[in-house]
Amino acid sequence: MNSPNFQAIYVMWLRQLKLFTRARSRLIANIIQPFFFLAFLGLGLRSISLPGLSSRFGYLDFLAPGMIAMSVIFSSMFAGISVIWDRQFGFLKEVLVAPVSRISIVVGRTLGGSTVALIQGLIILVVSVILGVKISFIGLAPALIFMLLIAFFAVGLGLSMATRLQDPHAFPLLMNLILMPAVFLSTAFFPLEGISEWMRYLVYIDPLTYMVDGLRGFLVGASSIPLSVDIAVTATLCISTTMLGAYLFSRAEA
Amino acid sequence: MDAIVAEDLTKYYDEFPAVDHLNFSVKCGELFGFLGPNGAGKTTTVRMLCGLTRISSGEAYVAGYSPLRELKLVKKSVGLVPDISNLYSELTCIENLIFMGEMYGLSKREREERARELLEFFGLIDKRDSKFGKLSKGQKRRLTIAAALMHNPKILFLDEPTIGLDVTGRRMIWNLIRKLNEEGITIFLTTHNIDEAFNLCDRIAVINKGKLTAIGSPADLKRKFSGSEVLEVSFTEKNAMTVEDISKIPGVIEVSRSGGSFKIIVSDPLLVMEELARRARSRRASLNYVNLRGADAEEVFLRIIGESYA
Repeated sequence: MNSPNFQAIYVMWLRQLKLFTRARSRLIANIIQPFFFLAFLGLGLRSISLPGLSSRFGYLDFLAPGMIAMSVIFSSMFAGISVIWDRQFGFLKEVLVAPVSRISIVVGRTLGGSTVALIQGLIILVVSVILGVKISFIGLAPALIFMLLIAFFAVGLGLSMATRLQDPHAFPLLMNLILMPAVFLSTAFFPLEGISEWMRYLVYIDPLTYMVDGLRGFLVGASSIPLSVDIAVTATLCISTTMLGAYLFSRAEA
Repeated sequence: MDAIVAEDLTKYYDEFPAVDHLNFSVKCGELFGFLGPNGAGKTTTVRMLCGLTRISSGEAYVAGYSPLRELKLVKKSVGLVPDISNLYSELTCIENLIFMGEMYGLSKREREERARELLEFFGLIDKRDSKFGKLSKGQKRRLTIAAALMHNPKILFLDEPTIGLDVTGRRMIWNLIRKLNEEGITIFLTTHNIDEAFNLCDRIAVINKGKLTAIGSPADLKRKFSGSEVLEVSFTEKNAMTVEDISKIPGVIEVSRSGGSFKIIVSDPLLVMEELARRARSRRASLNYVNLRGADAEEVFLRIIGESYA
């Protein structure tokens, strides 16, 4: 019962994509915040200079990678957490009753959710380019892979939370209490250099810091932390949350 | 071989036994009903039999397989229709059916043929390309049942199949359930609707607070728990007795008032009549009208449940 069923994985992945293309409101909802931040903060603060920011970068170039990371994270977490919506509305039971291993269901959902998140991240990337951000072409391919790692991390995290949360209405609360502060502390909005000593500690323990910094390194060539560290931390977190999510889901009662 | 067997089937949530040592069996091709009030343990039982929830103790066999040890084989043999009709709203009827077919590993040809067949059977062929979210409640319920049948299961679990439907919708689902049963599918349905159980089922198991309180065909249950069980009385003084007064008399299971008369469901009619007469006398009144009759389905059910409190 535990072996992966590739047809089921493919079917679940395809289903996530279909739902995404049909539910336009969901497509917009997950990227509306990063888009607004990018457009208003990025353009509004265009000409300011920040400590640690080289003069060849404007604030918009600095902000864009963070907003791309933010949209990938929000979208992926939502995909993971939407498991409880399914559970509450009964569909998950029908899927769980099918003779398909839970591992396949988790893999299918993770791949599907991550693909959708990647697409949404790419939309913000395109918007950034339109707004004038100087994206490095060489860094684009590794950036995409890095975005995928971020997506897997966030889906796994969302899924882990979903198996513990009984009430889907707790999700917006979680987003505001935990995710938003984590995003703010991740250097998405302001660079590491120039912030107070005590705050630096918080920044370093925030897992999102390494994801935002790594993506900034790949996309615009300006990372404050060595890329190798960003990659190592992100990859470790990605594997950990994916495995945790899979384990908790396989044991969850429907 | 029986389609479903439960031996001391038990489910604990912390210390609380939601399902408490159930023993029953369902024959192949039977239309079997699990009747009980909300919270009785019906859905939990179904979830254990389908492998959605772990069995705390006891054994179960579904199509001859154990959900504890041979879960995949159980799942291949059963279809589950949960109480909430929620296939994917943004997918069309046919897409939802094809999706379920894919989950069950059916080939492309099998999926398409079966989906078409089911849409015809359930009268939804002209809704083939309509999104699930746009269907009426009754149509949604029919498609949800169809989805559970894509892989031709031998056993179909229906959890509260007509909940929330109007009379027409309910009758339509009942007819469909009968037709499916005539084709040889074993049906296990849970309901709190007494009419539904007594009208549809070959046999009914009455469950309350996790325990099985009675099992038998509707006729058997009526015979066993009926007889002279309903007292209809009125008094010479309209306000000589109240519903509360009467409910305190030993042997009274349930009492309701309709204008000047009372309908009393009793376990011991003679004892209750004597006591009613005595109490009426103490209030300077007497029994004016007394009628003793057999119970209808609802009254039988209340009697069975009432006995489980004794």
